[in-house]
Amino acid sequence: MVSAPVQAAPPVPAPARVRRLPRWVAPVAGVVVGVALYVAFRGKSVLPHDDDATLFHWLNDARDWVDANRNSNPIFLYVVNYLRLGAAEVFALIQGALVALGWPGLVGLAAGLGWLAGGWRIALVSLVGFAGLGVLGFWEASVETLALTLSAVVLSLLFGIPLGIWAGRSPRVRRIVTPVLDVMQIMPTFSYLSPMVLLFLIGPASSTIATMIYAMPPAIRITALAIERVSGVTVEASESLGATRWQTLRKVRLPLALNTIMLGVNQTIAAALSMVPLTALIAAPGLGEDLIRALARVNVGAALVPGIAIVLIAIVLDRMTRAAAQRRDGGTRAQAVRWGGFAVLTAAGLALTPVLAQEFPEQWQVQIVRPINDVADWIEAHWYTFTGFLNDTVAYGFLNPLQDVLTSAPWWLVTAAVLVFAWRVSGLAAGLVAAACLLGVAALGLWEHGMQTLTMVLVGAVMTIAAGLALGVAAARSRWFSAVLRPLLDAAQTMPSFSYLLPAVALFGNGRFTAITAAFIYAVPVVARVVEDGLRAVPGTVMEAARSAGSTDRQLLWKVQLPMARGSLLLAANQGIVMTLAMVVIGALVGAGALGYDVVAGFAQQEDYGKGLAAGVALVLLGVMLDRITQGANGRRSPHKKRNA
Amino acid sequence: MKKSRLIAGVLVLGLGAAACGGAKVEDDSAAAPGASPAGTVKMAINGWVGYEASAAVVSYLLEHELGYKVEKVTLAEEPSWQGMESGAVDVVIENWGHEDLKKKYIEEKNVAVEAGSTGNKGVIGWYVPEWMVQKYPDITDYKNLNKYADLFKTSESDGKGQLLDGDPSFVTNDEALVKNLKLDYKVVYAGSEAALIKAAKQASEQKKPLLMYFYEPQWLFNQVKLVKVNLPVWEEGCDSDPKKVACGYPPYDLDKIVSKKFADTGGKAYELVKNFQWTNDDQNAVADDITNNGMPAEDAAKKWVEANTAKWQAWMPK
Repeated sequence: MVSAPVQAAPPVPAPARVRRLPRWVAPVAGVVVGVALYVAFRGKSVLPHDDDATLFHWLNDARDWVDANRNSNPIFLYVVNYLRLGAAEVFALIQGALVALGWPGLVGLAAGLGWLAGGWRIALVSLVGFAGLGVLGFWEASVETLALTLSAVVLSLLFGIPLGIWAGRSPRVRRIVTPVLDVMQIMPTFSYLSPMVLLFLIGPASSTIATMIYAMPPAIRITALAIERVSGVTVEASESLGATRWQTLRKVRLPLALNTIMLGVNQTIAAALSMVPLTALIAAPGLGEDLIRALARVNVGAALVPGIAIVLIAIVLDRMTRAAAQRRDGGTRAQAVRWGGFAVLTAAGLALTPVLAQEFPEQWQVQIVRPINDVADWIEAHWYTFTGFLNDTVAYGFLNPLQDVLTSAPWWLVTAAVLVFAWRVSGLAAGLVAAACLLGVAALGLWEHGMQTLTMVLVGAVMTIAAGLALGVAAARSRWFSAVLRPLLDAAQTMPSFSYLLPAVALFGNGRFTAITAAFIYAVPVVARVVEDGLRAVPGTVMEAARSAGSTDRQLLWKVQLPMARGSLLLAANQGIVMTLAMVVIGALVGAGALGYDVVAGFAQQEDYGKGLAAGVALVLLGVMLDRITQGANGRRSPHKKRNA
Repeated sequence: MKKSRLIAGVLVLGLGAAACGGAKVEDDSAAAPGASPAGTVKMAINGWVGYEASAAVVSYLLEHELGYKVEKVTLAEEPSWQGMESGAVDVVIENWGHEDLKKKYIEEKNVAVEAGSTGNKGVIGWYVPEWMVQKYPDITDYKNLNKYADLFKTSESDGKGQLLDGDPSFVTNDEALVKNLKLDYKVVYAGSEAALIKAAKQASEQKKPLLMYFYEPQWLFNQVKLVKVNLPVWEEGCDSDPKKVACGYPPYDLDKIVSKKFADTGGKAYELVKNFQWTNDDQNAVADDITNNGMPAEDAAKKWVEANTAKWQAWMPK
């Protein structure tokens, strides 16, 4: 109950010990007390924003120290700078290899790998997908994005798989690693960038390392899970035959876990691909640069096309690794066909490289920027009254009042409200963590901006969850609707988050509502999907029983399906909120202000560096807080499969 | 046995690393593959079209006249300076002041050097559409802005007047100015130059009140009539503490900054960058082609180059 005074409490069942009172009494009483305290203490112990906070200056000094000692301090000389050079080397190597293949060679190799992973279908998908990058006119930038993604993925796997194996074998390691991974994944991507720049400067090396941090958690998590799942009987059998631990690992555990680990690779690639475009802000080459330039020019078409290119890369890599994960070994004949096909396709591509032009032929490229912009201009010109009205309604009706309440309420009241609400929904431990995070935001001197960000997240999340719920329910009830919706959701989920800013900017101009709209488009697909899957998982027998007892469709939904899918609904809420936070922060690029702006300003203006760094930490704290609140009443850890889940 | 060999190997590697005395940031061996024979120039592209116009013309000449390959790195202003330290950037073709960065990167770190004026005169200030000045003649004095604050209220300005700024990375003291001049305004960031331009056009056409941060050289002044608000006059040193600024912006003599490495080893490319100099009108012509005539930057540059042979030939290295 972050905003106790203005929102009604959700219908959480009261704890059993309040026996004689109806279940609504406690929440209502809580809200009444909250409102009374707010009215009494309004405007007292507020924490107005101060740009001159000591902490910010201190962080600026720390930055200056690092800047001055980058080339003399042993930690930098022998560790940090080598990491940077190493990452740069990996990137240069992979990029060099991809460029050297030439475009026909790379397309051929992709098709070959597709063939190897999953036969002619996947080969075709890869061929069409990669050729599509050229047709869209973004071949070079796509190769750079691909190179960055692969560098980060290679490094993630290099460190992630061993860590995952370790965590899978040792419960103690697992207990230590899990909360760290939680934080790594909840962290809004934006807040990674400043510390990366401080340590590794700008450029592809920084970008690779930032992406690696973001993409490694799924590799670790899924590997651990896979290793853990390998049946004890098999392992015992191997050990009783006298195999050493290393042999058991190599010959028994890993092969048995391989398919699941491949899924981990799949998730790692998806995560990396969603992070890479954003690192263009720290001078990473590739499609992200085109996106930033389009954003600076408010050019919808120019932002959408590189977005589509990223979706193509994502689809190809996803299908390839997914097929590889399902692969079953056939006989020698099948093996021969597979490798033969791979060799033929790759060789064909490579053979064409010297024949065809070095650059992707211009006459094969299709221009779609202009038609997209024509549509955007038309909408802008004709829907202006409507979009203006929508913007003002949300801003004056929801955002401003809520923000007023949150920033004028005493900090202890807001914290207490969060504590109580999180306690009721997710238990005492979650409540304490949530409250501690909020106090952390206050300690960083970013309370007011934190509350502004929270306002956007709350309003955005309510919209997102409502729409996602409606879509999810509709899809669960109609196969036809689901079939239409799925591919749209797939595409929407793989688009880089920040290509959504542009259509939102075109519609609503600059400001908070634009950020919320972008967050909405970004998060709704995931919410809808989780809800749909949750509802579909309700056993058919239960439904039959309810139907035969005379339930109407409506009753069936409200009394049976939704309550039984409670876990999924909480997960949907959790994902919706965490994703909304991530996007609202990026919205600072189009004038949404608050903590996101502090982060952007932090790496764009010297004197704001400290504030930006602190804001990055505050965002992490807000993220953890929101995550804990919605973690669920049964202490269940949410799996945090953010994308392509 | 195996193990001890492994340890020995690690030790050797470690010693090897120690022997070369650690890695300094400028040891950037990861050069871009496929560089052209003459070499590669990494040109920072900052986020306004005037910059892009200058960068496009210089790049065009580097590529077509001198045979270099130009890599364009889209970056904000300050990170571009950092890029000269990390090796990601060779050239900033249009720099706006940034005395603090000059001190840090040129004097202290010695990783960048000045490469002379671009010839462009830069102006930064606050602007209102002309119709507002006709209606409220005294609005051009900052002292009267509080009187009109209500006019500039928007959904994003917290009940105060809105001062619309551009990209958060642009040179600006506006937040400090609003505070120190005790103005009842809130700075709202539009996010980009294009967003500012859009707002200016709307404000003129639909007669909507608008107070915004803007700058010259800028092609928009040929299309939309904007009037500058008079801030307290700038004097040397009045803006040295960014938090305490209470004066307007200085007149800028826009200049070029290049990395030390490029100045030392850039050869003809460096000569060209150093010699490059043109007028605000030249830049506006190219910027106008890029923005309003739908030309890719390269084509706009080509058009200007073909029409102004005498000008650019003076920049060519002897």
